[in-house]
Amino acid sequence: MGRRMGERTVVLGNRPGVVSWASIVGRKEQEGPYGGRFDQVLDDELNGETSFESAERKMLETAVTLCARKAQREMGEVQMLLSGDLLNQIISAGYAARNLQIPFYGLYGACSTMSESLSLGGMLADGGYADRLIAATCSHFCTAERQYRAPLELGNQRTPTAQWTVTGAGAVMLASGAAAKEAKVRLTHTTCGRVIDLGIADANNMGAAMAPAAADTLCAHLKDLNRSFEDYDLVVTGDLGHHGRDLLIELLRQSGVDVREDRLFDCGCEIFSARQDVHAGGSGCGCAASMLCGYLLPELAAGHLNRIVFMATGALLSPTTTMQGESIPGVAHAVVIEHGEE
Amino acid sequence: MDMLMMGIKAFVVGGLFCVIGQILILKTKLTSARILVGYVTAGVILGALGLYRPLIDFAGAGATVPLTGFGYLLAKGAMEAAKTDGILGAFTGGVVAGAGGISAAVFFGYLAALIFKPKMKE
Amino acid sequence: MGNEKKVSRAQQEKIERYKQLVDRLSPKSDMVTGLWRAFWVGGAICLLGQAITEFFSRVMLWGATSAATATSICLIFLSALLTGLGVYDKIGKYAGAGSIVPITGFSNSVVAPAMEFRREGLVMGVGAKLFTLSGPVLVYGICSSIIVGLIAFFMEVL
Repeated sequence: MGRRMGERTVVLGNRPGVVSWASIVGRKEQEGPYGGRFDQVLDDELNGETSFESAERKMLETAVTLCARKAQREMGEVQMLLSGDLLNQIISAGYAARNLQIPFYGLYGACSTMSESLSLGGMLADGGYADRLIAATCSHFCTAERQYRAPLELGNQRTPTAQWTVTGAGAVMLASGAAAKEAKVRLTHTTCGRVIDLGIADANNMGAAMAPAAADTLCAHLKDLNRSFEDYDLVVTGDLGHHGRDLLIELLRQSGVDVREDRLFDCGCEIFSARQDVHAGGSGCGCAASMLCGYLLPELAAGHLNRIVFMATGALLSPTTTMQGESIPGVAHAVVIEHGEE
Repeated sequence: MDMLMMGIKAFVVGGLFCVIGQILILKTKLTSARILVGYVTAGVILGALGLYRPLIDFAGAGATVPLTGFGYLLAKGAMEAAKTDGILGAFTGGVVAGAGGISAAVFFGYLAALIFKPKMKE
Repeated sequence: MGNEKKVSRAQQEKIERYKQLVDRLSPKSDMVTGLWRAFWVGGAICLLGQAITEFFSRVMLWGATSAATATSICLIFLSALLTGLGVYDKIGKYAGAGSIVPITGFSNSVVAPAMEFRREGLVMGVGAKLFTLSGPVLVYGICSSIIVGLIAFFMEVL
């Protein structure tokens, strides 16, 4: 079987296994509709640390440790850690890797990091370059707020399109060959996303900035595999939010895709309920990561879901580009995850 | 009676200043820093043109408490000092007049940073 | 777009079409509620300011300028305290410009970044970041007042 299909999709012919996963969220996420499904909940936003940044990296570290423990593996048996986060110079991932001492590849894909790391990890495992590796990411409301937006105590109003950065982390262990024998969940394909920019410059409207990238990747993915919405139980997007999801539906329809809205699952729309007053929904690396590890993977393992395409979306802006008035480029990578044993 | 009337006028005029700000936020997506800069500059200009003084006489704190009032204060200070102290006054007058507010904000801001810790938004 | 020239015409049309789509589907703010909240909260802060001014001028018998300065300092103190206690951001979320436009909003924009960057140290953290949001207000206020002062000076001379 060829290792590539169509223009942009890679076939993971050896079907690397998803052997374990772990998720951690903050209190607000726990109070949302999926509360109770996550492995751990932070006591408070400082997570026992002295700064929000160290709270975030400790959360990532804990998620990775927990993930290895759930697979009953020592840290030394994990051959690679693929991780990244939202903070400048991906400090959460780098500092967590310093303490974990797993060989580390640092990634930056903004909020698309979960599917970026799964894609790359899937290919590494499929190619036999790693028996066991962990893909992980995290985000924290307080660190993202101070880096991208305003001090916490500033009395300003959020716009209706603004999203709420999820405090959360997710870690997924992938394995190949003998190490994947017991796995009930498998990766089968990945589609690499292009960076798309349709001129949105409003940093309070990330959903609109990322929706074109999501549409582009999904269209390419469906075309490459000659599939449609019918082939998936869920088409999962990362953190488009309500506004971005509406735009994605419209863009897909314009491209001739037969959208089934009941199967389009946006983690940003799902993680909080309407009464939690988060405006357009959740966002951040931890949004897609915690929903994947807290809800989607368990459902796949149990066979309640059979096959999904998981597509985290990232906005590749920085505070500098925002101040310089540049528009916001978006990116989305897709990974097909299936229920299935060897 | 006089005091009550003054209170009502302060409430209404001050409220209207904020309504204009809210319209600017909703219609133009200006950030709060830009709103504040716009207000203080507008206050300086209106003060220089002699248009702000009557509003203060009419509404009291309704015109001095919004940031335009701070701008007016700076303009008034600079103009009066320029007349009495010459060109040096043009440079010192504004800050001298606004010194109370500026110093208080810096001082209390520093104290607050020492005492309080920022908390998670709800 | 940073590089207008590099963007092809087809891409520009696509961008324009997308902008229209975004505008059409974007959720709208509730204008009337927002304006009412800004009005009554902003008005209330000014009313409080008026009461403080009356106190200083009628009870303490201070002159108009001193009473006005004292009022500003009192309001700035109150706002700094409420910001520190984590109350002012809640007022701001409710009132929008109602709590940004009064001098208390200026105070909030000084205190909030000062608190936020305390962990980056007392000098380059608090000392420098204290001015991140309020610095522009001082820059524009002071510069424009100097220009106005210079104009007044030359008009006086001529």
